[in-house]
Amino acid sequence: MATIDGSRRASGGIRGREAIAGWVFTAPMILILGVFLFIPVLMALYVSMTTWNGNGSPFAGGQNAEFVGLDNYSALFSRDGLTRDNFMQSLGNNFWYVLFVVPLQTATAFFLALIVSNRFLKGKSFFRTAFYFPSVTSSIAISVVFLFLFQNSGAVNAILAFFGINGPAWFSDSRGLFHIALGKVGVDNPGWAQAEVLGRSLWAWSSGPSVAMCVVIGLAIWTTTGTFMLLFIAALQDLPVEVDEAAMLDGVSPWQKLRLVTLPMIKPTLFLVITLGLIGTWQVFDQIYVMGKGAPAGTTLTPAYLSYQESFRSLKYGTGAAMAFIVFVIIVLLTWFQRWLMREDRGTSRRTRRAAAVAVGMQQGKQAGGPS
Amino acid sequence: MRRNTRLALVATTAAALTASACSGGFEESSGAQQNTGKAGLTILIGSSGDAETNAVKEAAKAWADKSGNTAEVVVASDLNQQLGQGFAGGNPPDVFYADAGRIGDLAKAGNLFAYGDQVSSAGFLDSLAQTFTYDGKLQCAPKDFSTLGLVINTDLWSKAGLTDADIPKDWAGLEAVSKKLTSGDVTGLVISGEWDRIGVFAKQAGGWIVSEDGKTATADTPEMKAGLDEAQKLLKSGSMKYAKQVDAGWGGEALGKGKAAMTIEGNWIRGALSKDFPDVKTKVVELPAGPAGNGTLLFSNCWGVAAKSKNQAAAVDLVKAMIATDQQMAFAKAFGVMPSTTEGAEKFAKEYADDAAFAAGGEYGQGPVNIPGFDPVKAAFNSNLEQLASKDTKAVLADLQKNTEAALSGQ
Repeated sequence: MATIDGSRRASGGIRGREAIAGWVFTAPMILILGVFLFIPVLMALYVSMTTWNGNGSPFAGGQNAEFVGLDNYSALFSRDGLTRDNFMQSLGNNFWYVLFVVPLQTATAFFLALIVSNRFLKGKSFFRTAFYFPSVTSSIAISVVFLFLFQNSGAVNAILAFFGINGPAWFSDSRGLFHIALGKVGVDNPGWAQAEVLGRSLWAWSSGPSVAMCVVIGLAIWTTTGTFMLLFIAALQDLPVEVDEAAMLDGVSPWQKLRLVTLPMIKPTLFLVITLGLIGTWQVFDQIYVMGKGAPAGTTLTPAYLSYQESFRSLKYGTGAAMAFIVFVIIVLLTWFQRWLMREDRGTSRRTRRAAAVAVGMQQGKQAGGPS
Repeated sequence: MRRNTRLALVATTAAALTASACSGGFEESSGAQQNTGKAGLTILIGSSGDAETNAVKEAAKAWADKSGNTAEVVVASDLNQQLGQGFAGGNPPDVFYADAGRIGDLAKAGNLFAYGDQVSSAGFLDSLAQTFTYDGKLQCAPKDFSTLGLVINTDLWSKAGLTDADIPKDWAGLEAVSKKLTSGDVTGLVISGEWDRIGVFAKQAGGWIVSEDGKTATADTPEMKAGLDEAQKLLKSGSMKYAKQVDAGWGGEALGKGKAAMTIEGNWIRGALSKDFPDVKTKVVELPAGPAGNGTLLFSNCWGVAAKSKNQAAAVDLVKAMIATDQQMAFAKAFGVMPSTTEGAEKFAKEYADDAAFAAGGEYGQGPVNIPGFDPVKAAFNSNLEQLASKDTKAVLADLQKNTEAALSGQ
């Protein structure tokens, strides 16, 4: 954008030609983004307002792709039926997933970054590689390995059994964590939780992630932590040593230094990591596809997977695309909320915010363009 | 600057739009036009393994050589997804495997060329023809079929002191032998926890999810409930378990690993067992009868021909070659499926006496529900069945009834 910004000062004069040069240089990228991102997203948006069944062109209208306006969207929220049930359940599942994954992966990544940035640690590069390794491995391969680890008689349950714990049947246990906890104190589907919100009882909404979903959560944290650790390491290395030394001369404890010096200084990176985490977690697909396609009892269903299923299996591309755009809106809202939460009273740099915004845009395009 | 940017964006967008329009990705092809001369067919199959792939390739090549056309067999890794993409892109394979349960979806979207009347003289089994009929028309030629039978591990059977005389004829018999066979690590009966297995109980009780003409939902009938209750009773007694509970992917694996003495599976179990567990001795018998007599489920694919194929005449010709009795027997030999025609089925029963129980299922087998939009309904039903032991069968069926009615009304 720097080239274009140059044109602000001069329309004419000796800098007049710079604008043209700028456009020439950016044109290929604009064209590529337009053809592969912007236009497909618009097309998908149109598809989400049709009843396209995959036969012929979605823009031809007629019986195969009737234009229905916002019907697909409103049906997802207001028409009582299986589609709404599934969609609401997937939103609930994904909400718990995000709620657990984002804080945990951010905290773990930061913690690991602190450790491997420690000046006195030996074999730093070994640990860095080891922690980063899951991130460069294919998520499909990791999912399959997890399937084996968490079998009823798999390694995890064998270890638990060694400690005298009877491990659950991970992938067939559809009970929510909060339901299990409430069950322990004798609360089971009480009367106050029967009110229905969007076709699901409050009790169902408040289930927490199912045992099966917890495995997926663990997998997600394990695989993405490495990448975010890298971002944190880069940020930590960028910190000026003088500030650290000054703080030490002032006599802060390590904990104070972390809380009052280090954390505020890496806030831009923290923002980026949380934003990327929020986006990525609302789009979880491949692990779900491999690890049971929503089973048990639909508790690992996510909107991204449901959108795919609705489109390619049920041939309801309109509904599938509408789901994708609802997730898009959710992500945008959450990112805004997060920006507001971490707003600029203690200096988030403009550059980082823009980087985050671009990242949001790119990921969004991928998501929204996905199912059509 | 602001306005310039916007203008440029509009300009590039317009340019790109024109470009993509020219590429014609979505251009409506003019439908069923016929190419004259030699045709090059693409055949998309979902294969069970090398044996099936090679057999189909060989058959396609034989037809191609004889007719002077070419035929390319493509093995799909995810048949449904690849088909969906092919239809949406306007360039589907000419001939493809179409699953019986998906016929409604595909036909409703106008993706199938309903050539049934051109091949119906082959004499398909009634139950099969009905399975592939949608909107009163036979949509495609049944490729072959499989049914479910009761597969017994004969070693465990005799170890429990049972003889041929004990082979269960009714539900009471099944309960008795399952109980007797259950001891230690061995469970009497292990099945996959899904409708495609549990449905046999409903069928034996005389119930089914939809009426025979496929127009009314009949999921909440007493017959359906009787079927589910029987399955629930077996589960609760512990003499029947789901494959997942014994750490197996499916019934065949449980049987092979010696964790199950019996399972309910189809023809494909033969090939799977001889490959993975060659030492396990098995015997296949007909499923026990319920209050309404014999009942089993029947699975089938058909040779779908795309409505947008440019080579429909050649495609139908290929299908005719594929469903000829000799060809079907060759497939049966290669990968264990049963011929879809009356003549073929008789020949099969004679030649493969061990599988006579499977063949017998062709007479009274029930094909999958093929109404459009049933896929998610079945998925939701299956997740209830996963927890069948702890569910209220009446509520489960009421859900199913509601969802099936919604699917029937096209929502």
